[in-house]
Amino acid sequence: MTIHNLYIFDKKGTCLYYGEWHRKKRSGISKDEELKLMYGMLFSIKSFANRISPTDLKEGFTSFRTNNYKCHFYETPSGLKFVMNTDVPVGNIKDDLHQLYSSIYVEYVVKNPMCDMDKTVQSELFKNKLDEYVRSLAYFPLSKS
Amino acid sequence: MSRQTARPTDSRKVSAELFTLTYGALVSQLLKDYENDDDVNKQLEKIGYNIGIRAIEDFLARSNVTRCNDFRETADVISKIAFKMFLGISPAVTNWSPAGDEFSLLIENNPLTDFVELPEGHNKLNYSCVLCGALKGALEMVQLEVDVKIVQDQLKGDNVTELRVKFIKRLEDAIPAGED
Repeated sequence: MTIHNLYIFDKKGTCLYYGEWHRKKRSGISKDEELKLMYGMLFSIKSFANRISPTDLKEGFTSFRTNNYKCHFYETPSGLKFVMNTDVPVGNIKDDLHQLYSSIYVEYVVKNPMCDMDKTVQSELFKNKLDEYVRSLAYFPLSKS
Repeated sequence: MSRQTARPTDSRKVSAELFTLTYGALVSQLLKDYENDDDVNKQLEKIGYNIGIRAIEDFLARSNVTRCNDFRETADVISKIAFKMFLGISPAVTNWSPAGDEFSLLIENNPLTDFVELPEGHNKLNYSCVLCGALKGALEMVQLEVDVKIVQDQLKGDNVTELRVKFIKRLEDAIPAGED
């Protein structure tokens, strides 16, 4: 099992953080374009899923899957969006993304008065703690494949 | 062998008195800097707003609440979960307007104002209006625009401190360029 990468967006669409662990293929467009594309796509899918839903929604859009990877989505009520691409066998990781939000983002960014919440996170401490956390997840591989 | 320790188990708890004293020192300094009660009120509200926009994330992370379905639910969550989590008190939710868009929070034991008396000549000072700013900021981050005012103040002789919360409008998510 593998974790490929992670995006964190705020409610305005600014990318607060992008981290990459195992990515073999580039998207072929610039980083900025890729971030805009990712955010725009998520916004559209979320809105589409809500509108088309034949029953009452509890959580709405949580993930999509192709034959090679799975894209997981978690949004807080404050509009913060956590997007993680893993490989296909990984199940629902909403709890892990929530944990990432509460014990890393809130602790190291929100509670740091020097961290501007509207821009990409500069804090090295945040980046290190996040990296440590992602590497500790059960579905992060132990050896390079 | 287990180690006996006298330290509190939750290192996040700070003495309530230290909190009250810190806030009091902040207000005193603002009074010296600005001299005018209205300006101090504005600053306190701004400070509250800046606290609120961050406190909401801490609140969402720790309380696991999902989006409220209506304003009444919001009022209950604010009073029973948020105030409890941050200040250890549970203000009563009362005085709903007929349209259901305004309510009051009645605070009896305000941790900010323990041991505090308003000095002479400062009757227009809203000592607790940091709470108004904090509520406004926090709710703005979850798409609710509200107006919060202090309508009764224990420091000015009333029995309770009453915060009046009025719903203004729902804020919509910013739509990315190119989407409709």
